[in-house]
Amino acid sequence: MRALKAALAGLALFTAASTVEAQTEQFIPILSYRVGPYAAGGSGYFGGAIDYFNLVNATGGINGVKLQWEECESEYTASRGVECYERLKKKNGGASVVEPLSTGIAYGLLDRVAQDKIPMTTFGYGSANAADGSVFPWVFPVGTSYWSQAAAMIAYLGQKEGGLDKLKGKKIVDLYHDSAFGKEPLPVFEAFAAKYGFELMKIAVAHPGNTQESQWLQIRQAKPDYVILWGWGVMNPTALKAAAKFGYPREKVLGVWWAGSDEDVIPAGDAAKGYVSAAFTAPGTAFPVMQDIAKKVYGAGKGNLEDKSRQGSIYHNRGVTYGIIAVEAIRKAQEKYGKGKVMTAEQVRWGLENLNLTEARLKELGAGGMFPPIKTSCADHEGSGMVRFQVWDGKSFKAVTPYMLGDKAMIRKMVEESAAKYAAEKKITPRDCSKEG
Amino acid sequence: MFYREAGQFKTSYQADAAIFPIRQDRVAIAAVLVIAYAVIPLAATPYIFSALLIPCLILALAALGLNILTGYAGQLSLGHAAFMAIGAFASYNFMLRVPGMPILLAFVCGGLCAAGIGILFGLPSLRIRGFYLAVATLAAQFFIVWCLAKVGWFSNYSSSGVITAQAIVILGYTFDTPTAKYLLVLTIVAVMALAAKNMARSNIGRQWMAVRDMDVAAEVIGIRLVYAKLLAFAVSSFYAGVAGALYAYAYLGTVEPEAYNLDLSFRILFMIIIGGVGTVLGSFLGSAFIVLLPIMLNFTMQFMEQTLHLSIPMSAASNLELMVFGGLIIFFLIVEPHGLARLWQIAKEKLRLWPFPH
Repeated sequence: MRALKAALAGLALFTAASTVEAQTEQFIPILSYRVGPYAAGGSGYFGGAIDYFNLVNATGGINGVKLQWEECESEYTASRGVECYERLKKKNGGASVVEPLSTGIAYGLLDRVAQDKIPMTTFGYGSANAADGSVFPWVFPVGTSYWSQAAAMIAYLGQKEGGLDKLKGKKIVDLYHDSAFGKEPLPVFEAFAAKYGFELMKIAVAHPGNTQESQWLQIRQAKPDYVILWGWGVMNPTALKAAAKFGYPREKVLGVWWAGSDEDVIPAGDAAKGYVSAAFTAPGTAFPVMQDIAKKVYGAGKGNLEDKSRQGSIYHNRGVTYGIIAVEAIRKAQEKYGKGKVMTAEQVRWGLENLNLTEARLKELGAGGMFPPIKTSCADHEGSGMVRFQVWDGKSFKAVTPYMLGDKAMIRKMVEESAAKYAAEKKITPRDCSKEG
Repeated sequence: MFYREAGQFKTSYQADAAIFPIRQDRVAIAAVLVIAYAVIPLAATPYIFSALLIPCLILALAALGLNILTGYAGQLSLGHAAFMAIGAFASYNFMLRVPGMPILLAFVCGGLCAAGIGILFGLPSLRIRGFYLAVATLAAQFFIVWCLAKVGWFSNYSSSGVITAQAIVILGYTFDTPTAKYLLVLTIVAVMALAAKNMARSNIGRQWMAVRDMDVAAEVIGIRLVYAKLLAFAVSSFYAGVAGALYAYAYLGTVEPEAYNLDLSFRILFMIIIGGVGTVLGSFLGSAFIVLLPIMLNFTMQFMEQTLHLSIPMSAASNLELMVFGGLIIFFLIVEPHGLARLWQIAKEKLRLWPFPH
């Protein structure tokens, strides 16, 4: 009997060991882009994510589960991105979460991730209505969406004027990139213009936006109180230089977060001084987690950035933040489905939906203040909506506000309306979030 | 030895005018179709379908459209992707706004809308030629994509200006697996390729080629330039429209107008230049070259890295891949300026004599 028991126990141990051996690492596909016009952003961002994954592995993994990843060059094009996703989704036990950092690729994956049951994050971009998790169970615009950002911008301008009611009668220009990206916040700005009684002037800049003489001439004639720069790529430094040329104070130019990286302001030189932009993460290497990366990852020669001085740049910190969110989602899933086990994509999805990164938890991770606290739920896949504003002093971005929130109730209402319209068009029956655990 | 038509006699006009007059060609085409319809669906993985074959076939259809315009009728166009966008957005709106619209009819209507706009933007071709026409079609590219993003009605007032393709349902069957989508795309592409091949051999195809070779001479022998040129624009845009609709419905699912940008137009133009201008086969070869080769290179790089235990940084590998790809394009254009289809032609000539070349 005892021999039988021992044999059984041995067998059980053996099978357990063999299944563990079959997959001991959590696989994350990385759809990076390191060539082409957006290579600077892509290499910084994905470099940051990989640096953080390396840090997690160097310090024992997630409850012992090591991370594994594979990169695939997406070239920022939808077709290559889709190919990369299809190539990697089943590899190494299956992808657990995917982040393309490209609107075009994210749209190409929208239906696929739902079919394959793999969660996709759209960290700081993508369509805002995906924040409604009852209609988009597999998409997570974690952190903030464009709509929340637009709301925070108006809140910031109100604060600058000394109260939102003071915005009445003011003139605000929205100088936007004429694309899906630039048009996304327009309904929000229009709603706020109606609510607070400011005059909204919409001026489009055609892609890529390297000539803006006529637009800035128009701005000079209109003499607006503020200019919101909803730009992308070369459009941003061009706008700042044009503002300088036409004598419009840069202190009154407020940029979107994709207009707020080092790559956007340095080409404009002195013209960018005093310019304020939104941000959803904070730059700099002062955070303990960034110090750890410098020490344990770059110190061990495993750093992903070829130019080590880019550590702590806007894009690098964004990538590290994405790494933290992905890892924390897996950790959260492990709390429910078993610590020290490799999570399936569906379990990671649950983790992303039940993230609770409090201020204290961020401190523990060494990222206190690097990004705002995030608490997601079935209904709210965004989980924060907080944005901070930073000013470029000619050398680096300095915070001018803490993380702040716009009119969240109004944004939520618009998100729900837009998601309901999408659901009706696609004939989706939204989940009942009161029944989700 | 194997490819020789000796002994195959044509005894009727019908046989003489057959689309594939040589028996070996008929056998080869039948074999390709059997492989495409029977062998590949059994053998291929979903990855091969949804990441390689579907985009390759769809872009081959788009290239075929451009080949009709540029290769057969000699009118250079840089706005082909924009006509694809029209096809996609029009199909979406037909499906959305017309209750009970069959999806195939929506594709046809999308193609017809693209054809209509194509005629409009083809009008300048009656007065201008060559590079000047290319600039006019470039205007179509920018105007159409801008217009689709600008006017909210086209995307049903979607906040981000994207359209989400409805499910493909034909006779109650939902095409949602990669295999089903592949078979649908394959069927549409095969039928339209056959139509293109026949068009090129018919009266209108000969008119196009006459216009291409010298339009004054063509006019002198009684070809109506207005009719021939505008029809070329219409047919070409129709093909583009259907390809664009498939690109949205069978491939990407959700698309923004920006997906049909100038970059895509250029890629399609490169496809026909590399594949072979003025050939149906060239459209397919070119599409395979442009779509598949970079991915093959990517796999080769990975394989080399693993077998040789190199650790190339990702950025260097990505850039190297682009350089090799560019180098190969130049190599093929130097070796055979008439495209890959011409290489096939030469191979056939050689096969005819082989193994006794003299």
